Amino acid sequence: MLELRNVDTGYGTFQALFGASLEVRLGEAVGVIGPNGAGKTTLMRVISGLIRPTAGQVLWEGTDLATVPAHRIVELGIAHVPEHRRLFPRMTVEDNLRMGAFMPAARPKFAQRLEFVYGLFPRMKERRNQLAGTMSGGEQQMCAIGRALMSDPRILLMDEPSAGLAPVIVQQVFELVRRIRESGLTVLIVEQNVQQVLKVVDRAYLLEAGTIRMSGTAAELSASDTIREAYLGV
Amino acid sequence: MGFFDIFLVEALVNGLLLGGVLALLALGLNLIFGVIDVAWICYAELVMFGMYAMYYFVIVFGLSYWVAAPMAIALIGVMGVLLHVLVIAPLLGTAPINQLLATGGVLFFLQSLATVAFGIDFRNLGIRLPTLEVAEVFVSYARLLAFGAALTGMLALWLFLTRTYTGTAIRAIAQDREIMALMGVDTRRVYVITSAVGGALAGLASCLLVLQYDVHPFVGLSFGPITFMICVMGGLGNMIGGFIAAFIFAEIISIGGLYLDLEWGYVFAFVFFIAMMFVRPEGLLARRS
Repeated sequence: MLELRNVDTGYGTFQALFGASLEVRLGEAVGVIGPNGAGKTTLMRVISGLIRPTAGQVLWEGTDLATVPAHRIVELGIAHVPEHRRLFPRMTVEDNLRMGAFMPAARPKFAQRLEFVYGLFPRMKERRNQLAGTMSGGEQQMCAIGRALMSDPRILLMDEPSAGLAPVIVQQVFELVRRIRESGLTVLIVEQNVQQVLKVVDRAYLLEAGTIRMSGTAAELSASDTIREAYLGV
Repeated sequence: MGFFDIFLVEALVNGLLLGGVLALLALGLNLIFGVIDVAWICYAELVMFGMYAMYYFVIVFGLSYWVAAPMAIALIGVMGVLLHVLVIAPLLGTAPINQLLATGGVLFFLQSLATVAFGIDFRNLGIRLPTLEVAEVFVSYARLLAFGAALTGMLALWLFLTRTYTGTAIRAIAQDREIMALMGVDTRRVYVITSAVGGALAGLASCLLVLQYDVHPFVGLSFGPITFMICVMGGLGNMIGGFIAAFIFAEIISIGGLYLDLEWGYVFAFVFFIAMMFVRPEGLLARRS
């Protein structure tokens, strides 16, 4: 469904990814783990077109996304929950969700998608007229995920959904991820919280210094000595 | 003292009416600044062209005011788009000073162009609307019309910004430019729409101002500086702040003009502005970040 082939990219003279390759198949939940600054966010940005590959290909069902303008990529069914949530802080929750349904194909389905998102996050319904920036971190994360779901995507890219949240909220966020993938959506999730993410994904990749170092099923990675020592602290 | 109070009431009412038009002017400038992050230094010159458009449509081509007004609004909307596409868009992403200098250059270009094209004569529509008297307070219909139309225009803009997808995107872009692509929004297209709306607001203002003021190539100087002061005092890009600041300035001008001359009203307004810059440099409704 989604495939990165030997992708190089970076910012100016700084190269962030070196020949990164990964694959996500329909219905899978795939994780990308790795330390801060490994290029995880860049990996997400190169898929949704916020940054372009300097070499290699990003393929979505056979289409090279490099030829698609960034604002058209969401129309292909790729929704991105960005790092730090990036809500519109001085707009209401419902206006934020409305922005998620901006693309023409999503507008007629707005009421139906809104109901779906409110069903998933009843808290968002309670707070629908509240300014997004005034909510707690966990609520903002729900809103950010809800906004991405408004476009009725086929794959959800999640960049560090647990970052900056209290441990008990982190649990809730991963529970949500589990529910979202159980609803049949394909998920690609980038996380530093290795222990938690390996519990919800089928497969994962280890990204270090812009290079994919290891890949395998969640069970294989959990059992690997490298990961256990460096990331799980056992 | 009764005599004196009537004049004060009249000044207050006129200040309120003036405030409506100033608020409309400030709104267009704030919209552009908030969304595109560029100050159209030549904003009042667009108004000047709109006033000339009204003059030509009504006096030269003999159209009725009500036919001419929508045409002038559309024309200045197109001018706003041209300004964006030809001057602003190529400079987006460069140092802000470049954009300031470029739109400043457009200001002198438009003034000179108007001088060449229209001459330096003062022109007006020759429409003299009557004066309304309510309890010994005299208010001109032109000002009432301007006030009503300005409020209607602002209401229409508010509905557009809050009730449509494009309007919501315009508000969102001012808060987070970079992720708009993730929402499926083509920011370049939103900029063009915003420029058209900003131009149309200038066009609406020109239809109203032409009822009260003569048009000449330098008439922009009468509104431009005060509009900028209002925007800065309200907090650049803050539409509500600009709205409030417009009425504060209008009342200072109107009441100051009552006790001394109208020119003194402007002097007070500028002194107030400078004083406010010491007290609240970020504007009246500055957000604490």
